[in-house]
Amino acid sequence: MKLAYYPGCSLSTTGIEYNMSTLAVARTLGLDLWEIPEWNCCGASSAHLTNHLLALALPARNLAIAEEAGLDVAVPCAACFARFKATEAAVKDSAETRATIEEVIGRKYEAKYTVKSLLDVFVNTVGLSQIKTLVNRPLEGLKVAPYYGCLLVRPHKITQFDDPEDPVTIDQIMSAIGAEPVYWGYKTECCGAAHPTVVPEVGLKMLKSIYQGARDAGADCIVTACPLCLTNLDMRQKEVGEQNNTQYNLPVFYFTELVGLALGHDPHTLGIDKHFVDALAFLKNKGFLNPVQNRRDSE
Amino acid sequence: MKRVGVFICHCGTNIAHTVDCEKVAKTAAEFPHVVFSTDYKYMCSEPGQMVIKNAIKEHKLDRIVVASCSPRMHEPTFRKCMESAGLNPYLMEMANIREHCSWVHPDKEKGTEKAIDLVKMAVAKVVKNTPLTRSSIPIHKRALVIGGGIAGIQAALDIADAGYVVDIVEKEPSIGGRMAQVDKTFPTLDCSACILTPKMVDAAQHPNINLVTYSEIEKVEGYVGNFEVTIRHKARSVDVSKCTGCGTCWEKCPTKVASEFELGLGTRKAIYTPFPQAVPNKPVIDRDNCRYFKTGKCMVCQKLCPTGAVDYTQEDQLETIRYGAIVVATGFDLFDHSVYGEYGYGKYPDVITGLQFERLINASGPTAGKIKRPSDHKEPKTIVFIKCVGSRDEAKGKPYCSKTCCMYTAKHATLVKEKIKDSQAIVFYMDVRTPGKNYEEFYQRAVDEYGVQYVRGRVSKIYQKGDKLIVKGEDTLLGKQVEVEADMVVLATAMVARSDAGDLARKVGFSYDQHDFFTEAHPKLRPVETHTAGVYLAGACQGPKDIPDSVSQASAAAAKVCGLLSKNEMATEPIISAVNESICSGCGLCISICPYKAIDLKTITERVHGKMLERQVAAVNSGLCQGCGACTVACRSSALNLRGFTNEQILAEVDALCL
Amino acid sequence: MSIEAVKADKAASQENWEPKILVFACNWCTYAGADLAGLSRLQYPPNVRILRVPCSGRVNPQFVIRAFQKGIDGVLVAGCHPGDCHYATGNYFTRRRYLVMQRLLEFMGMDPARFQARWISGSEGPKFQQVVTQLTQDIKALGPNRKLRDME
Repeated sequence: MKLAYYPGCSLSTTGIEYNMSTLAVARTLGLDLWEIPEWNCCGASSAHLTNHLLALALPARNLAIAEEAGLDVAVPCAACFARFKATEAAVKDSAETRATIEEVIGRKYEAKYTVKSLLDVFVNTVGLSQIKTLVNRPLEGLKVAPYYGCLLVRPHKITQFDDPEDPVTIDQIMSAIGAEPVYWGYKTECCGAAHPTVVPEVGLKMLKSIYQGARDAGADCIVTACPLCLTNLDMRQKEVGEQNNTQYNLPVFYFTELVGLALGHDPHTLGIDKHFVDALAFLKNKGFLNPVQNRRDSE
Repeated sequence: MKRVGVFICHCGTNIAHTVDCEKVAKTAAEFPHVVFSTDYKYMCSEPGQMVIKNAIKEHKLDRIVVASCSPRMHEPTFRKCMESAGLNPYLMEMANIREHCSWVHPDKEKGTEKAIDLVKMAVAKVVKNTPLTRSSIPIHKRALVIGGGIAGIQAALDIADAGYVVDIVEKEPSIGGRMAQVDKTFPTLDCSACILTPKMVDAAQHPNINLVTYSEIEKVEGYVGNFEVTIRHKARSVDVSKCTGCGTCWEKCPTKVASEFELGLGTRKAIYTPFPQAVPNKPVIDRDNCRYFKTGKCMVCQKLCPTGAVDYTQEDQLETIRYGAIVVATGFDLFDHSVYGEYGYGKYPDVITGLQFERLINASGPTAGKIKRPSDHKEPKTIVFIKCVGSRDEAKGKPYCSKTCCMYTAKHATLVKEKIKDSQAIVFYMDVRTPGKNYEEFYQRAVDEYGVQYVRGRVSKIYQKGDKLIVKGEDTLLGKQVEVEADMVVLATAMVARSDAGDLARKVGFSYDQHDFFTEAHPKLRPVETHTAGVYLAGACQGPKDIPDSVSQASAAAAKVCGLLSKNEMATEPIISAVNESICSGCGLCISICPYKAIDLKTITERVHGKMLERQVAAVNSGLCQGCGACTVACRSSALNLRGFTNEQILAEVDALCL
Repeated sequence: MSIEAVKADKAASQENWEPKILVFACNWCTYAGADLAGLSRLQYPPNVRILRVPCSGRVNPQFVIRAFQKGIDGVLVAGCHPGDCHYATGNYFTRRRYLVMQRLLEFMGMDPARFQARWISGSEGPKFQQVVTQLTQDIKALGPNRKLRDME
């Protein structure tokens, strides 16, 4: 299965471990990820605050390249995904918009192929049963709080995947690799986005309720699919803990990291050593770092 | 040669002011077939009518044209005039030269010219008129009420009191409907059962009322005054003539299942009556859950029944009864709130509907009237009420207001504060709508005297945290986010049509709207009739309604039924469709286009080349046809024609105008 | 008469030409609306002639064709608003037939604007006035209907 792959800027910087783990896991799952050559920024939150056309044109250029290659696009980052989906919808919706965009980017883009979140690819393209059969280090006893954040599933009209109020794809993937997803109320709450940096008195409070929610639900760790969510939840945890005279001790993972681990990959190739809250020690304590025999790799 | 008389009315100066009536009369005299033409100051007056009658006699007129005001005004007047002159009333046409001419065209020359045209059209038409006669159909003096809720019971009692036999067909084992599930009624807080049960008993004991419970409508044929209704009596597995309702069977039955009446909050047995005050108080066996029907073993109820009433061999029975009128009172269902992810998709046990809450506070309910949470049976201290769940929501629910929720939520909150002294009742609302006698006062009491807290805003999310439900929402008046740790959440879910409402409407043959509520004939002036003659509506099947509204509509429907049944026969308008069988090909296109199910195929025998052949042709039921003419246009061979507005008549008018 | 005189006469008659418009009005809505227009003394051009039918769904397209054949300049079919039909569904058929009829007229080389359908309720006297006034103007602009009349 070949897919165009758009890592986006986070995956080469703050979220590098998301990229590492995605590529490692993709190989094992038999996914051929073709990185879009000379990809450009998706526009993130800045472009669509500045100029509507710019916000559509930036993703469109990447999508046009993928379309020329005749491929669906897999997008790991939640923000990139949201922007790509918005562009896809706008182009499908109006021929006029499409013509304007095509003129700006100097390429044809007809939205013939689909933009898919990496979660969608895992659950619906690869399939849970396929993941299950490839697991050789089931993460039994690991209680995870699946955290989706706000961008991944909303607005539903545009994302067209999973349930906007009660998403379940991370839960399903976690069950497939033997971990136990907990049920909690903060799945789709906002992580604060830029607020922990810009308006910490607001942002940190939002993070606090998420930590508290995960802890109350009995989770050992948090799993997410968004680089910004992970950065916030991971980087600010100590600070929020100190403010509230506690230590949350909740390592935060990309779902690809845990899948990689379950498939038998080395934690260092997955980038698990790159977190603020010590994830390696945590996994070691849980006994998930013992070497694995006969790792089945499709390479 | 037809002999047409033309009569031009001046209407005082109303017409004569801008139309030269004399000139119109003179010109009309030259039209083909016209043998007499005159004008007069007031044609509708007594002397005016005498002018017509004398002219008919004197000039041996066989048809007339009156050019005056709108036929919507005086057509009946001149038809009567025709009748008293010994002519068929339908050999008269009117030309509207007042509303459509003199009043709107100040130019006398142009007005006169137009009036001449209008008279010419009327003359052309009347020449093609044929005598029509009103026929009559007999009225069968027995009424059917579908649905045994409060609306059905009230309608049946009113009709029965007027002296007509009524059957109430109810699909559940007992009458009572939704009102039987309700605890107290707003705005008086008197107990629902206390005012409903006597009515149920009245209905059961009334010599003119037959209760036909655990039965459904299978088929409806016929038309006003003569409905042939086939009723399916579902197999009760209990011989009601032997059963005394002693209750031994349901006490000893070993199978417990969730009770529909208790909305899943309580249990019932496999042989059961839905509630203790059931009328009739005779059980039915739920065959899907009965151990005997599932395994062939058990038979406890049969062994223990002192009268030998349990009969496992019963089967569904069909019965066809003739009725003169039908009242549809099938009530409502509740909106399924599991589409709302923000309220937990129906997954949280302590997020319940308003009707479930009624059962929780009902003395005869599953908790004997103590408010307990379904999950752990603890008494909740903080109860959040959310209004407009499914109502006024075009995205996921229904666009309409369900009308009753504001009041029953105020009632629920009041009852919470009354029953649990240290409790907190918080209502999230969009608007508070309390139009009704003493309704606003009731709501104000809930706020002022009982201290119910009203928060204006929607709830964005509910989630379970330990044994609490965290309710997140917005107070739009304060512009603040609010978070409530609640023990229980009550959703005021929308009233929706019964899931099988559309099926019933199609069976009986009347229309329903996009939400499956039944459509009244006119939203203001004919609120209890349907477009189908002889079929009336009562209660929430027509739209969301509270008890007083349902009861008034039921009595109104009963009045209409009594009006109909008081006559021995009913005159029918002769302006209806007729089939020319000799050219009808029997294609049946007209059958599907007819909104009144008035056309059927019938088999006729005719001689073709010396042989007798059978073939099918359309047949119009004069009792059902309302004379819209839709079928005439659909008919490919023009075999169908509308009397009074035939193709020939209309074409004659068109030709007269154009040439 | 010389050819010039005939031409001049024709030009003069065209100048004074007034269209004749036939309105098929449903008895329950538009006819009542026209009555209300009268009752309210709302003036409109005297070019329209109303033909009463029980329902706009009673109007057979053949009636319309016949009117055009006999030289009418414009035809309006008017009934109850969708959803308000006295006979429940008649006006829905009208709506469909109207669309097909317009295409047929176009196919025949006639300006489809000569045939119109409108929804005018019994309470819409002013709307009746406005519709027929507008229609008269529109038909006037189109000139006399020669197309079908000349075929006779």
